[in-house]
Amino acid sequence: MTPATGAPLLEIANLHASVEGKEILRGIDLVVNAGEVHAIMGPNGSGKSTLAQVLAGHPAYAVTEGSIRYQGKDLLEMDPEERAREGVFLAFQYPVAIRGITNAYFLRSALNAVRKHRGLPELDPLEFLDLLADKLRSIDSDDSLMNRPVNDGFSGGEKKRNEILQMAVLEPTLAVLDETDSGLDIDALRTVAGAVDKLRRPHNATIVVTHYQRILNYITPDHVHVLSGGRIVLSGGKELALELEARGYDWVQAEASV
Amino acid sequence: MSAERVTQPAAAVERYVAQFEAFAANGAGAAPAWLRQTRAAAIERFGVLGFPTTRQEDWRFTSVTPLMETPFVPAPAGGPVGTPASFGGGPRLEFVNGRFSAERSTVAGLPTGIRAGSLADALRGDDAALIEQHLTRHAGFAESAFTALNTAFIRDGAFVHVPRGGALQDPLHLVFRSAPGRAPAVAHNRILVIVDAEARATIVEHYLGGDGPYWTNQVTELVVGDGARVELVRLQQEGAGAYHVASLHTNQGRDSELKVHPLVFGAALARHDITSVLEGPGAELLLNGLYLLGGHQHSDHHTVIDHAQPDCRSHEYFNGVLDDRSRGVFNGRIIVRPGAQRTDSKQTNHNLVLSEDARADSQPQLEIYADDVKCTHGATLGPLDPKELFYLQSRGIAPAEARALLVYGFGAEIVGRLQHSGLRSRLEGLLHERLAAGWAA
Repeated sequence: MTPATGAPLLEIANLHASVEGKEILRGIDLVVNAGEVHAIMGPNGSGKSTLAQVLAGHPAYAVTEGSIRYQGKDLLEMDPEERAREGVFLAFQYPVAIRGITNAYFLRSALNAVRKHRGLPELDPLEFLDLLADKLRSIDSDDSLMNRPVNDGFSGGEKKRNEILQMAVLEPTLAVLDETDSGLDIDALRTVAGAVDKLRRPHNATIVVTHYQRILNYITPDHVHVLSGGRIVLSGGKELALELEARGYDWVQAEASV
Repeated sequence: MSAERVTQPAAAVERYVAQFEAFAANGAGAAPAWLRQTRAAAIERFGVLGFPTTRQEDWRFTSVTPLMETPFVPAPAGGPVGTPASFGGGPRLEFVNGRFSAERSTVAGLPTGIRAGSLADALRGDDAALIEQHLTRHAGFAESAFTALNTAFIRDGAFVHVPRGGALQDPLHLVFRSAPGRAPAVAHNRILVIVDAEARATIVEHYLGGDGPYWTNQVTELVVGDGARVELVRLQQEGAGAYHVASLHTNQGRDSELKVHPLVFGAALARHDITSVLEGPGAELLLNGLYLLGGHQHSDHHTVIDHAQPDCRSHEYFNGVLDDRSRGVFNGRIIVRPGAQRTDSKQTNHNLVLSEDARADSQPQLEIYADDVKCTHGATLGPLDPKELFYLQSRGIAPAEARALLVYGFGAEIVGRLQHSGLRSRLEGLLHERLAAGWAA
């Protein structure tokens, strides 16, 4: 199936989702076009992370209503690994440690799964190391984490940097960053956000899920959406993020509940 | 309980006492007087102890009843065996049914001054005095029926001596094979390794055998001198019907470094006791084990790390992967003696339980009699973590491959700690093969 020309990269319509029977998302509508950066902001518990997890296909979240079309296809019909192979990438808020598997081995397994799906030859360890060296350079990183088990004993900053490295290697079409800024000091934030900015391409799009405005100093959004009570209650340009920073979320929630 | 069950253990003990009498009258006469006396004391002790029962604390989870009820005969000499083990080249000593096989062994290229050969030969040679100093001195048999039985039947095995400053650069392989015979047989193998001060050695113990029931009753004594560095890999790949009962006794001098990697793949019933004494200040010990079990396999590790002196470090990691109806037992005791200040001790036991019928038991035991120490321990058991599976899937990896990767990681975490890179990559290959063979599907 080829994507319909001119169709948005991602089209979310009236999305409802629940976890353990509790409805978290209550009718999300969102359109993301190639080349755009969208920021999804909102207070704790507003459903930001749920939206990110639903996009990646986390089995704990049940979609009860609505649709998600990605490149013209029904995203909800795809298993998590299919979504990844089709170019959807979630940078986790809490990256998971995998004992005994080195980062390099993991990255190569993931890349080869994606390449196989795209009809490209799989890379052997040496070919992969060449590619990895390029990717590390492209995001100003080094190979210090490569021979350590995935996220095992990594600092908060190392984990987030590692997510972005995976993103660089897998070259997603739609990247969703789930609170990538949380727990980072200002230097780590600058490094991680700078790397994301370097990965922007005209054909891909990024959704930045965040509580705070500060990451948006490094990744300039085209659109900012405020999520509250499982709905997008306000959308605007990048200046909306600054306003939220200055005024907090209460006024938006107050207006939304009117 | 029937009368038959009551008399059974006594009959089993009698069987081995009778075998000892035949052995002492026959094949054991050439041994030095001290050893004959030790053997006699050992069989007497075995007679008093008898086989352990699950009523004893150290054997609560492991029943040796099937072993006790099998009438094992002493393993006969020779017997048909397969091709030499292919696990690595380099110097090797090979033993078939507990006896040294010169034609299957090669010690070409060993540096001069290093001894590696048959214990039976060494007992009659220039090293007799050195052997007398160490053999049976580290592996006490007062409380262990199996060690007592092994000691009573000491005849052959491996003797390795690396003199002061010497280096056994390439791994020395000690291969123990059981050849199938007409009746279930038992071999009582013995290993004595002495690594003198400032010397280095890498040694692999490798156990192999056929499919039928047989019993390997094995004891290793390892002496690590001041400032010496030793790495010992123990690869247990016994046949599916085998009973493997073994103990390792290590003694470390000042500022020495010892890495032990017990890797359990085979046998129906495996029991391995490790007793490590950190006898010199500043000594460092790594006990790094893996058991990968399926079917009805049962594996039990009992370890004792004895911090007898200050400023020693011990790191103990055991991972278990348990499928089907298998069972893994880990009991890790750490003793910090009075005065063993600044002890740094860490213990973990992680079990991946892949089947509802598999079972893992984990028991840490810390006995701390010094006040300035750092001791941590932790144990986990459970199935594959859905969070880990989803993380891998979200990167494009299919569920079946993700599961295989996570299982591999459990083993690779242990194998990755091998210092010798050649052995490490061969064992990683072995792990891959083992999992690809559908063992944990």
